[in-house]
Amino acid sequence: MATKILTQYIDVPGIETFDVYRKQGGYTAVEKAIKTMTPEAIVEEVKKAGVRGRGGAGFPMGMKWSFLAKPEGVPRYLVCNADESEPGTFKDHYLMKNLPHLLIEGMIISSFALGANKSFIYVRGELMYVIRILEKAIAEAKAKGFLGKNILGSGYDLELIVQPGGGAYICGEETALLESLEGKRGNPRNKPPFPAVKGLYQCPTVVNNVESIATTTWIVHNGGDAYAAIGIGRSTGTKLISASGHINKPGVYEIDLGVPVEDFIYADEWCGGIRPGHKFKALVAGGSSVPILPANLALTLENGDKRLMTYESLSEGGFKTGTMLGSGGFIVFDETSCIVRNTWNFSRFYHHESCGQCSPCREGTGWMEKVLHRIEYGHGHQQDIDLLVDVASKIEGNTICPLGDAAAWPVASAIRHFREEFQWHIDNPTEATQPGAVYRGEMALV
Amino acid sequence: MTTELNNPAVTFTADRLTRAKEIIDWYPVGKQKSALLPLLHLLQEQEGWTSPEGMDYVARMLDIQPIEVYEVASFYTMYHLKPVGKHVIEYCRTGPCCLMGGEEVYAHMKQRLGVDTGQTTVDGQFTLKEVECLAACGMGPVFQIREKYYMHLTNEKVDEIIDELSK
Repeated sequence: MATKILTQYIDVPGIETFDVYRKQGGYTAVEKAIKTMTPEAIVEEVKKAGVRGRGGAGFPMGMKWSFLAKPEGVPRYLVCNADESEPGTFKDHYLMKNLPHLLIEGMIISSFALGANKSFIYVRGELMYVIRILEKAIAEAKAKGFLGKNILGSGYDLELIVQPGGGAYICGEETALLESLEGKRGNPRNKPPFPAVKGLYQCPTVVNNVESIATTTWIVHNGGDAYAAIGIGRSTGTKLISASGHINKPGVYEIDLGVPVEDFIYADEWCGGIRPGHKFKALVAGGSSVPILPANLALTLENGDKRLMTYESLSEGGFKTGTMLGSGGFIVFDETSCIVRNTWNFSRFYHHESCGQCSPCREGTGWMEKVLHRIEYGHGHQQDIDLLVDVASKIEGNTICPLGDAAAWPVASAIRHFREEFQWHIDNPTEATQPGAVYRGEMALV
Repeated sequence: MTTELNNPAVTFTADRLTRAKEIIDWYPVGKQKSALLPLLHLLQEQEGWTSPEGMDYVARMLDIQPIEVYEVASFYTMYHLKPVGKHVIEYCRTGPCCLMGGEEVYAHMKQRLGVDTGQTTVDGQFTLKEVECLAACGMGPVFQIREKYYMHLTNEKVDEIIDELSK
């Protein structure tokens, strides 16, 4: 029953070329949009579809579009956020590499809907080979009259530019991305004003994730209602999930939102179960920033129902027993994983990636990394667990951008659900620092 | 600028100069500073690193102050602020790659090359650089050499890659 909105043709040989993509019906959505629809009608369909931002925040895309200011004589910009850097997330990489024309088609439709004549795809610089794929595809589309001046004789002009980043997780935050696009350090901006009012070059700007923009092609063909009919409740449509860790089949899967977490992990269609001979210990469901859950809470809600792959079901129970869908970076841990070591690893990431603007994040991420390091390496103090909780709580909510929260949640949740494991490290430093040592005390393995 | 007096000037090759002009033209008039990140990549592609002289050259090209280039080059992790070896191995140290045995593989790689992260082998062939998530978590452990991704790394695979590149 899995609907393939994005990945239907991904296995067709040569699909990265214009001709093959075109043969599969590629660019007919652009033709339909530009020749038969008004920009307002496209915005309306995207609103009806209820697509939620696929980069991680989950903000409704149509609503974001409708906030775009339209002052006379001021250019508007669409910027595609392809800075995918959230640990556990590699879906945009997969989509752009295999289906560059799907993103380009979505960019043309979205730019037309928003009235943008110059749009940018900001790709993380490490993916230079993907940038070259996109540039080649753009040149092909331009040669065929789908980009450039007077597209399909409509009078609409669009220039599409692929800009490489320089290696900075923070540039996935939309205002940091805009700073970076302006040739500056990636320091997030204070909001308001929001990019919809003052974005790139202080002009009205929409920033959307790769996957979000790619959905518009299908929505133009099939309508917003058809899109909203897939999924459950406010979690409409399909979602690309990048699955990694201790599973039999890591990879990127397009699922209808609403698949039970258990099915996603165990069904052959998706992750194919935990690797042989091992048990399921913990799950990070939506990229390293979201709270980690022990296996039992990942699979089941407090009321005993199955937890589903939707924005709502994953966050059911709040942070006490729930988590978030985030970017769909699905990291599975088996019983050989040390939660303390992994939490230290994630903390080091956030410390490294903090832009340094806000002191709670700049200093706090460093403190958390140091304290976790000393626990992991057998020098933990008895008060360290509470200290970590305290530091995390003082970063959360006290920074300009969500990186602070993203750094605090993994630490706070690991302690919330795996406190005994931290305590074991502090109480048994000799044992805990043996190579490959992992806490084997009581826990709910599945 | 004193660097100009003491060091040979850096200039782009003809091809790269054409490319640099194309890149600057992507942006609206007066917003040429937007070209900074792409031009720094171009500089590094040519010189192997973002040398002070090269950064000054980029500053002149974009009509901005040299400090505006330095502060950007030092913020982003991809730019090498010091000379590097012929092959820079940028290996992912983040969670998912470590879950798949990254730490063991990287320890083997360091031992094999006799250098730690941030260092260059005596023969100038390899520089090791630890990086954060490369967006290939399902294929970990992963490292990158220039534009190429090497995935599902094992000790044997690392040896093969190093052997191949050492030829």
